[in-house]
Amino acid sequence: MKNIVIIGNGVAGITAARHIRKRSDATITVISAETDYFFSRTALMYIYMGHMKFEHTKPYEDWFWEKNNINLMNDYVESVDTDGRRLQLRSGNTMMWDVLLLATGSKPNKFGWPGQDLKGVGGMYSWQDLQNIEQYTKNIRRAVIVGGGLIGIELAEMLLSRNIEVTFLVRESSFWNIVLPPEESAMINRHIREHHIDLRLETELRKILPDAHGRVRAVITGPGEEIECGFVGLTAGVSPNIGFLKSSNIKTDRGILINEFFETNIPGVYAAGDCAQFEKPLPGRRAIEQVWYTGRMHGETVARTICGERTAYRPGPWFNSAKFLDIGYQVYGDIINPLPDHLENLYWEHPDGKHAIRIAWDRETRQLKGINLMGIRFRHDVCDAWLRRSAALKEVVQDLKAALFDPEFYKSYEQEIVNLYNDKFPDNRITSGKKKRLATLINF
Amino acid sequence: MTENDRFPMKNKTLKTSGLIIFLTGFFVFVLSLTLSNYTLTGKIIHRQGNGERLAALTDAAAPMLNVTYASNISFVHDLKEAIDKANRAIIAKYSIDEKVGEKIAEEAAEDGKYIFRSTLIDKVLPTEDEITKYQNQTFRDYAGWLEGKTFDNKEALAEQLVFVIRNINNSLSYKKAFDSYSAKNLLFWLTKDAASGILRDNLRLWIFLSFGLIILGAFLYFYSTYYRGTIAGIKNNGIFMSPATARGWIGIALGVFMISFYIMLYFYPEYLTNWVLLVDPLSYRLNGGPASHWFLYGTLYTMAVAVMGIRMLLKYRHNPYQILRTLSVIFFQTAFAFIIPEILASLHKPAVDLKNIWPLDYDFFYSYNLDELMNSGMLGWFMLFWGIALIIIAVPVFTYFFGKRWYCSWVCGCGGLAETLGDPFRQLSDKSIRAWKIERYLIYSVLVFAVVNTAGVLYTYFTGSYSVLGIGTESIKSAYGFLISSIFAGVVGTGFYPLMGNRVWCRFGCPLAAYLGVVQKFKSRFRITTNGGQCISCGNCSTYCEMGIDVRWYAQRGQNIVRASCVGCGICAAVCPRGVLRLENNDPSDRFNTPHLTGNESFREPVDAPR
Ligand SMILES: Cc1cc2nc3c(=O)[nH]c(=O)nc-3n(C[C@H](O)[C@H](O)[C@H](O)COP(=O)(O)OP(=O)(O)OC[C@H]3O[C@@H](n4cnc5c(N)ncnc54)[C@H](O)[C@@H]3O)c2cc1C
Ligand code: SF4
Ligand code: SF4
Repeated sequence: MKNIVIIGNGVAGITAARHIRKRSDATITVISAETDYFFSRTALMYIYMGHMKFEHTKPYEDWFWEKNNINLMNDYVESVDTDGRRLQLRSGNTMMWDVLLLATGSKPNKFGWPGQDLKGVGGMYSWQDLQNIEQYTKNIRRAVIVGGGLIGIELAEMLLSRNIEVTFLVRESSFWNIVLPPEESAMINRHIREHHIDLRLETELRKILPDAHGRVRAVITGPGEEIECGFVGLTAGVSPNIGFLKSSNIKTDRGILINEFFETNIPGVYAAGDCAQFEKPLPGRRAIEQVWYTGRMHGETVARTICGERTAYRPGPWFNSAKFLDIGYQVYGDIINPLPDHLENLYWEHPDGKHAIRIAWDRETRQLKGINLMGIRFRHDVCDAWLRRSAALKEVVQDLKAALFDPEFYKSYEQEIVNLYNDKFPDNRITSGKKKRLATLINF
Repeated sequence: MTENDRFPMKNKTLKTSGLIIFLTGFFVFVLSLTLSNYTLTGKIIHRQGNGERLAALTDAAAPMLNVTYASNISFVHDLKEAIDKANRAIIAKYSIDEKVGEKIAEEAAEDGKYIFRSTLIDKVLPTEDEITKYQNQTFRDYAGWLEGKTFDNKEALAEQLVFVIRNINNSLSYKKAFDSYSAKNLLFWLTKDAASGILRDNLRLWIFLSFGLIILGAFLYFYSTYYRGTIAGIKNNGIFMSPATARGWIGIALGVFMISFYIMLYFYPEYLTNWVLLVDPLSYRLNGGPASHWFLYGTLYTMAVAVMGIRMLLKYRHNPYQILRTLSVIFFQTAFAFIIPEILASLHKPAVDLKNIWPLDYDFFYSYNLDELMNSGMLGWFMLFWGIALIIIAVPVFTYFFGKRWYCSWVCGCGGLAETLGDPFRQLSDKSIRAWKIERYLIYSVLVFAVVNTAGVLYTYFTGSYSVLGIGTESIKSAYGFLISSIFAGVVGTGFYPLMGNRVWCRFGCPLAAYLGVVQKFKSRFRITTNGGQCISCGNCSTYCEMGIDVRWYAQRGQNIVRASCVGCGICAAVCPRGVLRLENNDPSDRFNTPHLTGNESFREPVDAPR
């Protein structure tokens, strides 16, 4: 029987384990040094905020692993010997494998800032990071967060929940505008400030100052301002967690280099999730995919290859979602900032400044290319199908109702989009009739 | 940005003041239980009517008449003794000496045999006064079956007669004395009536200091916590750190308080008479009569739904589904469960809660209810048909179109309380598979129990027989009333909110929920749809599902949630940070979808990893 060893019990490693178990009765061992059981990393913030306890973030009850004969091992892999097919563990034990899956995730970026290793300074990635934040944010008045991305804003929300004042240093000229178009980004800037977060755009961290006990006392920003604080959160992105592979023969760049089958340069060794880097990224996709959903899809796909059904990674249209404080965000397809020249788009924003819809299409073919949503939810399946078959813009706008996914009784805004469309294409108007009222009523 | 913008002191002060006002009101409310003196007078006894029993009570209570008690407990204690004493006196007065049996047997000698004839009774028990008349008459009734029976010896007949006498004497405890039900009733009303002192003299003041402050304080607290200076959105911060909402000491204290309250209310209302006094004015206004402890319960219940409903409205002000649903439960509780029945009562019509449905309304088919409805003219007949129509038409039809939520989280009183008063505790429900298993065993057992109980009651109603297959219908009925309706629905169902979550009754016990659930599971347009591949397995949905459904289990594998127990509260959808869940009524054919997570085109067949 094959002996499959997986390093990392995050979503990539665990999804792979589950899917391997479905297709084979090989021995499966999952090693992780973070927690005994798989938990949802995306829920870490809610533990700190008191919405949940750690146990609530475990997607499967503890008996699940034994029932499915998946061995869990809490240990740290110090090095990988690919010739001897052996792992050296921190406990002193070694572990042999026939198949090795590396799913070791990421670690927070630290850019060599002076003082970045002081007490009271830390990232927000792991369970251990959360313990650190818990310990060093007790009874403090102010914290500084460095780096305006998805994790940064989550950390800001966490600290606010404990009545800690937050100064948020963002290098860019507007929040997360490497992804969000200007209007959406501006909306989030406003929303951040509405929450009384001291948002400093175009401001970088220069150094972190210690007090007499080696604990953070203040930061100095790019312009030279000193901001007193009891905690500094480093959330300037993450990078693959592959330090332990340095001495091995596995080829790495920023991440572990893989082909579309998640195969590394060593036969029998695979990599998936945040730690993997596609040697040849798929068109329109990044070389390193660092979100939950891709971790899951990597895991699903590599499981097939490991079980003998060599399967290339072919993700569908891009999608992602997040929540910026109280504003939900969804994206389907290719909406990035700035929008490439061949795309055209329409943008509608509610007067309350908290709901927005952006639809992008190909200038030439008028086919749908992407949808960006703030404070509004659409149906993934519908958007996915539209994008996969390159649906015509007109058809999409006409059928927008089919995509609505907001809860019952929420106001919907299809008509506003139709109006915008009609303004844009007066010669190709959509005339929408009032549709079956009774049916709407029965469906709430 | 100044310090004051960040943490508007005023808001914090408001919150603290609200809390203090609330606690003061609550303190006064509890204190008010001790604020009366109790003096029993002949006049007070007379107000309960006349008759032999009350006369006996007046005698038995003589030592305590016109004596003022400072404590409710010692007053109730003495009054209870007086009632017992009156009962003993009445029973002693009417009971027949067992020797009478032997005497009759002696008289029954005929040609060496012993034949019982009722005429013999007159010889031994001549009717001289009321008492002997009664004894004579009952003896005739009870011994009727012996008429003309022949015995070989005297002892054999005497034995039968003694048996008869014992039966007669036993029956005195309800035929002549106060039975346990009326004794309990009397104890309550006399205690309530006997109360005097600062509470009674300044009723309106105390109403303000208790109910008034509680409502005011709660409102200020909720207003400053969930509304003022806050931004609309999910407000679950600190829930698992607070000793109130995470089974800490406040939660336990609250549970103990609520459990004690229910036990007192159901079994010892005589100790709560001061609270009942506080709602007297409202009772007179609504139905023209004094308040009973059930009126007190109705008032507190409605108040809790309304005040905590306002909390819901503030907390979920960004969510129209939650707003409408909460307004709906407040309306149905206030109008249908509380005000309309009181008005009907004041018009001497059956005080029916027109939204209550059998088998939750377990006594709908009890003889007293059927008789009352059928003797109340057109309105009564309407109510009877309405009640039956709810069971056989409304439940299946509405549940088909909307799921059981149309009732459980929009209309029902138990659901209304759970969704308002119980909302702070929803996260305490057990999500394990084990709990799910227990739930299914329990709830369907209760449904069977309810059906058996009702079948028995109807059997008795139509045949007059009190026994089916050797089991007494009355004993099933009283077991159901005690175990299910009092202990399960009340003491456990509500008392355990802060310990086991807010739907203990609805999830594990309610027979109507079981019925609605079966329809919802097998024949309904309702389901919770999961949004493609968007779930991040965070667990908020499962954590906040009051029914203990592991919503994430379905969401993270892309499977619609179709569960008998889902009451459609919509909170899972509200707390989901990725907007994955949507409560929907739609074409029933695709309810049980093949689990599928959208987004991965690497392979074709649906994702189905081990469960
Ligand atoms: C706070 C936060 C919020 C996020 N929110 C979202 C979101 O909302 N949506 C979204 O799509 N994505 C989100 N992400 C990103 C997402 O969580 C990650 O992309 C995903 O968890 C990566 O999964 P993985 O399995 O690749 O790695 P990980 O989950 O990082 O798992 C790797 C595991 O391997 C262990 N490990 C590493 N090296 C070793 C070793 N040498 N020996 C033993 N064990 C080792 C690690 O300790 C870790 O437990 C968020 C991330 C964070 C940190
Ligand atoms: S599944 Fe959702 S809607 Fe149903 S009871 Fe649970 S929280 Fe409420
Ligand atoms: S709350 Fe939403 S994202 Fe979180 S586990 Fe539930 S469905 Fe998934």
